[in-house]
Amino acid sequence: MKMFRQIGAVTAMNFRSLPQRVSTSLVVVIGIAGVVAVLVSVLAMSTGLIRTMQSTGRDDRAIVMRNGSIAETSSALDRNSAKLILDAEGIKRDADGNPITSAETMRILSLRKKQDDAEINVILRGVGPKMLEVRPELKIIEGRMFQPAVTEVIVGKAAHSQFKGLNVGDVVNSRGANWTVVGVFETGGDAHESSLMTYAETLISIDQRGAFQSVTALLESPSAFQAFKDSLSANPALAVDVIREREYYQQQSKTMSTIISVIAYVVGGIMAVGAVFAALNTMYSAVSARLQEIATLRALGFGSTAMVVSVLAEALVLALIGGVIGALIAWLFFNGNTVSTSGGGMGQMVFELAVSPPLMILGVVWACIIGVLGGLFPAMRAARLPVAMALRAV
Amino acid sequence: MTALVTLRNVTKSYVRGKQKVEVLHGVDLAIERGEFLALMGPSGSGKTTLLNLVAGLDQPTSGEVLVAGDRIDQLSRGSLSDWRARHIGFIFQFYNLLPVLTAEANVEVPLLLTDLSRSERRRRVQIALELVGLADRARHKPNELSGGQQQRVAIARAIVSDPTLLVCDEPTGDLDRQNAEEIMNLLQALNRSQNKTIVMVTHDPKAAEYASRELHLDKGRLANDSRRAA
Repeated sequence: MKMFRQIGAVTAMNFRSLPQRVSTSLVVVIGIAGVVAVLVSVLAMSTGLIRTMQSTGRDDRAIVMRNGSIAETSSALDRNSAKLILDAEGIKRDADGNPITSAETMRILSLRKKQDDAEINVILRGVGPKMLEVRPELKIIEGRMFQPAVTEVIVGKAAHSQFKGLNVGDVVNSRGANWTVVGVFETGGDAHESSLMTYAETLISIDQRGAFQSVTALLESPSAFQAFKDSLSANPALAVDVIREREYYQQQSKTMSTIISVIAYVVGGIMAVGAVFAALNTMYSAVSARLQEIATLRALGFGSTAMVVSVLAEALVLALIGGVIGALIAWLFFNGNTVSTSGGGMGQMVFELAVSPPLMILGVVWACIIGVLGGLFPAMRAARLPVAMALRAV
Repeated sequence: MTALVTLRNVTKSYVRGKQKVEVLHGVDLAIERGEFLALMGPSGSGKTTLLNLVAGLDQPTSGEVLVAGDRIDQLSRGSLSDWRARHIGFIFQFYNLLPVLTAEANVEVPLLLTDLSRSERRRRVQIALELVGLADRARHKPNELSGGQQQRVAIARAIVSDPTLLVCDEPTGDLDRQNAEEIMNLLQALNRSQNKTIVMVTHDPKAAEYASRELHLDKGRLANDSRRAA
């Protein structure tokens, strides 16, 4: 009880003297706020990318690619294979008994960003005639759907907002073909909104290709996936890999989100080291400024534990304030901001930065760690102060 | 009379750079309960070092220091803190009040180390402030008080926990003559009416006149020891 009273009394005295040390204390608060703001906002990219990718795909949809392909872009399925896939078990069928699938192909289009005119790669996806049944979430929000056998495209909402030349009526020239934008679509904020779509046969014909790259199938239910997979594996005429659509998009974003996270932790780590030194400096100054008080309290019989805890508590509170400010800055200025980055096999991915509550908590935890590290040595100095010498120095 | 403080063959040396500086050389001393001792001597004679050893702020290099029956030269740092809280009241030259606290909160500080209830602490603070004549300044902060008043608050803080021994390091060193006399009168009254044992380091012969015993140190050795009739 006495110990708690000691700690409480010394800590309260520390905080009451804070206004006299406001400028040095601000160094810690601002430094740590900067670290947390940078860390949280960079990690928000990774979180946003993962969130977009996780919202893409359904458990009752599966993607079939050539055996060994890591992405649709590197896969190839000839017409015969695409036909054989339609006979597999587990595929949902329409009222007429036809399998609900979309044999698809894609190619990269070179477009320019509205923001900085940078050249980026965007996916143009060729889809099958049953695409709207396979992807019922796709809605045309402006213009109309493309027509088969003509070079018309619809563009995703995110691509439309981020890239140049994608308004309805614009023409995108690529490899000698002029693609007219006839509509804008949305798919609930998933990865497809970063791409353009057209009719697969038109794209194959223009590109003079003879094959599709993947087949997306709507299954009878999520649990029908295993039967679908087993059925394809059992067919000796097919050499394909099958993956749930949701899982596929998560895999596609993994590398990029890992890279972003590594960058965030490396940059955040370097800044954190700087902030630890700032905190060290400030807390050493705080201990120096309070040398007389500390020496007096020690002389009167206050223990070293009370000194350690009080200095650490001050560092922790300053760090906590900095951490909360940093997290709020990241949330205020970056949450919901739209950015784009390479989405691996997905071409350029447009997504919103997501400053989520767990991310903000992570930032505050970092701040607390910085505070404790920065306060530890000054706290030990306060505890080990030779009282007689310190009193004489006063 | 029983000796409250006993020093036996006490030496104290410091290392400064590569040099060993011996400040006290085999000091033997007994201070009786109820004495008011003035420690005098030129700068560097070892007065403050001796005071720090008696107050448990420092440890001797060799020898024994017995205060209130405890061999404090054998106590650990932590135990010495607790011991000081129980037995010593400090009065410093520059008052050493905590600037963010009011006079009454400053006086209460040593009581935070006891098990006393809040109301009992308040009661004792009130008594101590009345004793030094500053009850009406209880809510003032140190920077709102004169030097003499600040030293009175420091005296109230030193006596509030009823310590065994009061140690004063140049208590009038920062005060004008009038305030110095008031403080010395107060200390003398505490010694005479409350039977407080006081050990005071001072350069000031006028301050030393208030003590019942004068001890002169010279180059780390006791040079002259004289008692004054009450």
